[in-house]
Amino acid sequence: MEGILNQLPIGLSIAAVLLLIALGLTFTFGQMGVINMAHGEFIMAGAYTAYLLQDFAGRNAVLVALPVAFVVAGLMGLILERAAIRHFYGRPLDTLLLTWGVSLVLQQVARDLFGAPNVQVLSPTWLQGTFGPMPYNRMFILLLAVGSVVGIWVYMNRTALGRRMQAVMQNRQLAATSGINTGQVDQLTFFIGSGLAGIAGVALTLIGPVGPTLGTYYIVDAFLVVVAGGLGQLRGAVIAAAALGLLNSYAEFWTNASLAKVIVFAVIIAFLQFRPQGLFVLRSRALT
Amino acid sequence: MSYAFLRTAAAAGLVLVLAACGGEATESATGGDAASGSTIKVGLLHSLSGTMAISEVTVRDAELLAIEEINAAGGVLGKKLEPVVEDGASDWPTFAEKANKLISQDKVATVFGGWTSASRKAMLPVFERHKALLWYPVQYEGLESSPYIFYTGATTNQQIIPGLDYLKEQGKTKIFLVGSDYVFPRTANKIIKAYAAANGMTVLGEEYTPLGHTEYSTLTNKVVQAKPDAVFNTLNGDSNVAFFKQLKSAGVTAESMPVLSVSVAEEEVTGIGIDNIVGHPVAWNYYQTTENAANSKFVAAFKAKYGAAKVTSDPMEAGYNAVYLWAEAAKKAGTVEVEAVKKASGGIALERPEGLVTIDGETQHMYKTARIGIIQPDGLIKEVWNSGEPIKPDPYLKTYPWAGSLAS
Repeated sequence: MEGILNQLPIGLSIAAVLLLIALGLTFTFGQMGVINMAHGEFIMAGAYTAYLLQDFAGRNAVLVALPVAFVVAGLMGLILERAAIRHFYGRPLDTLLLTWGVSLVLQQVARDLFGAPNVQVLSPTWLQGTFGPMPYNRMFILLLAVGSVVGIWVYMNRTALGRRMQAVMQNRQLAATSGINTGQVDQLTFFIGSGLAGIAGVALTLIGPVGPTLGTYYIVDAFLVVVAGGLGQLRGAVIAAAALGLLNSYAEFWTNASLAKVIVFAVIIAFLQFRPQGLFVLRSRALT
Repeated sequence: MSYAFLRTAAAAGLVLVLAACGGEATESATGGDAASGSTIKVGLLHSLSGTMAISEVTVRDAELLAIEEINAAGGVLGKKLEPVVEDGASDWPTFAEKANKLISQDKVATVFGGWTSASRKAMLPVFERHKALLWYPVQYEGLESSPYIFYTGATTNQQIIPGLDYLKEQGKTKIFLVGSDYVFPRTANKIIKAYAAANGMTVLGEEYTPLGHTEYSTLTNKVVQAKPDAVFNTLNGDSNVAFFKQLKSAGVTAESMPVLSVSVAEEEVTGIGIDNIVGHPVAWNYYQTTENAANSKFVAAFKAKYGAAKVTSDPMEAGYNAVYLWAEAAKKAGTVEVEAVKKASGGIALERPEGLVTIDGETQHMYKTARIGIIQPDGLIKEVWNSGEPIKPDPYLKTYPWAGSLAS
């Protein structure tokens, strides 16, 4: 019985991880329709940022790394958008191939810079220990996910920049004729989306491996959350992450890890049969 | 949007196919027999990318070091060895394909390669079909003896069974099995369960996770709820990092519940975080701290070539040995021709970093000394128990009465 109860906070903490890795994608994939296969490598960049900052900040590197990784991964995204992706807008197939290539290049760069083996990122001493069944570091990730969601919501709905972003997403031509510089908005959107991947990367150092292939472990799950939640829908991503986290937690508890993955995929496929647009649908003439 | 997504999904598939094909054309064929030129070509086939690269790259490095040393000492049969390196990419069909390429196109004299049992099983039919030689450097689940494979890592009676003996000696009779979901952990656990049944031990649970799995909170919960005395861990690759980190954060310590690992060596300890794994036992045949002259030389040479911060581990040492053992067999045979080398190999005994290693001609496995070690705060592993003498390899566990049902 205790085991079953424990799965509830575990499900929530899995959901928090899913949400963190998917939040950036709700911007780049959801808002802009760019399938960025290199998103996982921006997560990796965030994790390595925490690793490098250990030299200065010691065990508290994780805290210092949060803003730094946001900027580092954000800039990487910005460069990718400016240098390559913007030439491929409206061509999802080419974008996918392009960013997939970029992800391989970035993995190799990481391998050359930091070596193939995983590196050690020490977690802060104050994050060691548990509160009931919930480890402190999982609570930290949960709070970080909640904080990120609140931050994004405020940005999108309460700031001029965020509203411009929504305008561009809903109808690019109309936004442009209204005087919004859509190119600039795209850059900013991509910067924030990639930066959020960096934050996720820092958080993941607490619970997972930090190595060149880190991104590949999370990219599929991240896309699943965004697709199931409905493109561009923050609300959808939150609910989808929570549902998938809990489903995963209980499915694995009652079966095993391999079967739980199968169950999660099966549920998502079945769900998309009924709601191919995901949980929440953005009603807009601009998206087909 | 769903249509666009379908298209992109199809494209993702296409990308993978292209990637798989693309690798093949990277190296040009030179033709000729392995020994016909002024050099002898040998193949090195490990995952240099993907989830297994973390481990396999180091084995390749050790093999390259051995080749360099052998060449510096005059080579084999008067010829220098020329390594042909290929990337198995953590993908089993790629291993088979690259093995085929090394044998048919590069005409190598022998191949040193593989790590996961899945990759070995994928390569096995290729080597048997071409009657070519593979030297496989990693401990594995036994129950196999291919005439075209030499196994320089431990088989189960040289690692897993000594590990269980150790747990039993320590009074840890209730165990929980955790492993990656592929052939090595599943077969190893079959053996462990048979051993447990015959030795009064209880297996409280058996869990598998896919390779590359990183979410271990549910599994940790299951383990903690079952309250075992010890965990027998056959996870492979990066999963170990996630598992130990999450176990530690759930409050499990080496004192309360030791986790005996058979796939975590010196190389992986830093990546896992020394904090997270210190005090836990591991079972191998070699540690960087193993004391003898051959090992001092190996460790010094490896650090000189690859950097002082590098560590040496059991699979690296087994890969390093493989090159020397093959070279010795070729010298004894007077040729690199496969059947002659096989015939000459039986009984070859070399003082290696792990101690005396002897090739068992019948099974093509090695006599090896089993060693249990504890992970130290400096990230190295200190031996706390060994088998005293090299153990005769018994891949089918014929000499263990309780294992009767396993081989079939």
